[in-house]
Amino acid sequence: MTRQMTGARMVVQALKDQGVDVVFGYPGGAVLPIYDEIFQQNDIRHILVRHEQAAVHAAEGYARSTGRPGVVLVTSGPGATNAVTGITDALMDSIPLVVLTGQVPTFMIGNDAFQEADTVGITRPCTKHNWLVSDTARLSDIIHQAFHVATTGRPGPVLVDIPKDVQFASATYTPPQKARVSHYQPQTKGDIEAITDLVAAMETAKRPIFYTGGGVINSGPEATRLLRDLVAATGIPITSTLMGLGAYPANGPHWLGMLGMHGLYEANMAMHDCDLMINIGARFDDRITGRVDAFSPESIKAHIDIDPSSINKVIRADIPIVGDIATVLADLLEIWTARGRKVNREAIGKWTAKIAEWRKVDCLKFTQKGPVIKPQYALARLEALTRGHDRYICTEVGQHQMWAAQYLGFNAPNRWMTSGGLGTMGYGFPASIGVQIAHPEALVINVAGEASWLMNMQEMGTAMQYHLPVKQFILNNERLGMVRQWQELLHGERYSSSWSESLPDFVKLAEAFGAKGIQCKDPGDLDEAIMEMLAHDGPVIFDCLVEKHENCFPMIPSGEPHNKMLLGEVSTKDAIKEGGAVLV
Amino acid sequence: MPPLHIKKGSSRHSAYNLRSNFSDVQETHTLAVIVDNEPGVLARVIGLFSGRGYNIDSLTVAEVDHTGHTSRITIVTTGTPQVIEQIKAQLGRIVPVHKVNDLTVEGPSVARELALLKVAGEGEKRVEALRLADIFRANAVDSTLGSFVFEITGAPEKIDAFAELMRPLGLVEMARTGVAALPRGR
Repeated sequence: MTRQMTGARMVVQALKDQGVDVVFGYPGGAVLPIYDEIFQQNDIRHILVRHEQAAVHAAEGYARSTGRPGVVLVTSGPGATNAVTGITDALMDSIPLVVLTGQVPTFMIGNDAFQEADTVGITRPCTKHNWLVSDTARLSDIIHQAFHVATTGRPGPVLVDIPKDVQFASATYTPPQKARVSHYQPQTKGDIEAITDLVAAMETAKRPIFYTGGGVINSGPEATRLLRDLVAATGIPITSTLMGLGAYPANGPHWLGMLGMHGLYEANMAMHDCDLMINIGARFDDRITGRVDAFSPESIKAHIDIDPSSINKVIRADIPIVGDIATVLADLLEIWTARGRKVNREAIGKWTAKIAEWRKVDCLKFTQKGPVIKPQYALARLEALTRGHDRYICTEVGQHQMWAAQYLGFNAPNRWMTSGGLGTMGYGFPASIGVQIAHPEALVINVAGEASWLMNMQEMGTAMQYHLPVKQFILNNERLGMVRQWQELLHGERYSSSWSESLPDFVKLAEAFGAKGIQCKDPGDLDEAIMEMLAHDGPVIFDCLVEKHENCFPMIPSGEPHNKMLLGEVSTKDAIKEGGAVLV
Repeated sequence: MPPLHIKKGSSRHSAYNLRSNFSDVQETHTLAVIVDNEPGVLARVIGLFSGRGYNIDSLTVAEVDHTGHTSRITIVTTGTPQVIEQIKAQLGRIVPVHKVNDLTVEGPSVARELALLKVAGEGEKRVEALRLADIFRANAVDSTLGSFVFEITGAPEKIDAFAELMRPLGLVEMARTGVAALPRGR
């Protein structure tokens, strides 16, 4: 079946054939033909955001909570440049996105035309791949390729730049089945010999640990299921990066909690002292490793990753396995079973007992006393009061993000949306919109700081327009908390520009948009206020006034290894040495 | 996408075990990268090097298959073994890249470069330049009463040596193509 159609119609047809049901976007001159086609059909829903950055973050939220690629449609020039932060965010966190941008007509490219920008040039380093479509005849094929590249191998954002004359011209539409087969076919099956090496190491290891990351979630539900089977069968303790929370349930018996700079004491100590580290879909990020030359000095390191460039980038892998997590774990379980399902139970028992001792430190303990709400208390109560819900949590970036990762439990994958790699303030609110669009009936909460939240507050308009009952749970300390914490640790408590002045009245702000605003400042009122937020069927801004100078602990100071964690206020003086001060 | 030269993720026979991957020794490698000849592909490759702080000592590029529209990019780069492995892995990740070959570790290879050198001089220097050019098998492709343009091909070291000799004899300008290289044998 071949059909003649305009480029604009081709875009919509290709999206339909790719199974897209939602597009997040913002119109403008160079995409008007596509918007006209969207207007004339009902299969694809367009969500009008209030800023292009938010369109991308919303698409990220959609993608992360569904496992399907998010789609963005924005105009040329400022539309595209505003999208750059979101695209970079998706690249760092390996989120599949297809971003469609309008471009000035081909005959005007290079003339500094109105709203012209070199979009493919600007986005070349922040996309997995991008295309400038110069011919309508190639458009449908390129869009199908774009979906293939975004979702295959290590997922990531791709961008298709479509000049306006290409949208108007007609050509023959190519359906996905007939699209050119891409030579881009990353290896998904791991090397059996290497997997066998890993099984052999698992059989004898005395202090093994699973260190899992976002790759498990990206690989899909099968990877999560196999991981849980593997942990249950072997009894090997498991920790996860910020990106991987939920792959193994927080209420599971072998769960150590998150690791890394603000990870749990027991998780980091276990990483430091283990003799076999099994990295599954994580990338030895600097938030995880701390000081690289003192990183887990005594362990054999196995690294399973679909991206060959992740292996040996930071930490040398003794057993490198390139492949898709689900495929590799299936082979791993099969080989381990065929060899008699052996592990060193006695040693692992001792290891677990050792970990239990570390756990007794109770690194997340805090005392809620006095008239001011502790941020940790606010999150502990939010956790307790929402435990029964199948809830989706987004965050902004900063202290609140780390507290959310520490105090909220995730028992299923795709329930936790946070900007891990790029650390984009302003991510969480639009992401929560994307999640709510994908899961209209679910409870979606964005745990925010007031400074981050203000970065994309215009999206209240989007939330109201589409009746999205997203809960904006703002831990308001009137500070850029994490910046302030670092200034305290590193810059002699000189708090240079790290406070939020002239804050809005968040309740009135909510009301100005027609939403509900709740302010809570008394610990005694907190439960009731949270229940009121949960009960309200519509967007809520929850302004939770918290302790202003609370620091986020535990913390591995930059430049230090895992076993040099700071546990509380007493230990912070001169904690960061000269060498660590240059790190971020 | 070829997963560099880790033998499909194997631990025992991978390139990682051939040399210490984490030594500080700087090595120079010649990489042959086969890419789709599409707009922006060179920018992707160069952007990777500048964005991640890798060195480019020399770079040549031309379409080598006019029907399949693939180009061969030959890059000479310097770095520690770990950096060289990263460069190969990162190149392999670029979507229009078909193949990355490290000619320095994958057996013997032949590398050649072409250079044009303009040498201006008179009298004895002029004669000496011509004599040396003959020894180096360089051809005079342009001559005036006061100058020659020599064409020379060879390994980069040979061209360096020739240029050094021409410098005192009146070398005024030089153009080099950068290295083109192929593995030896079949």
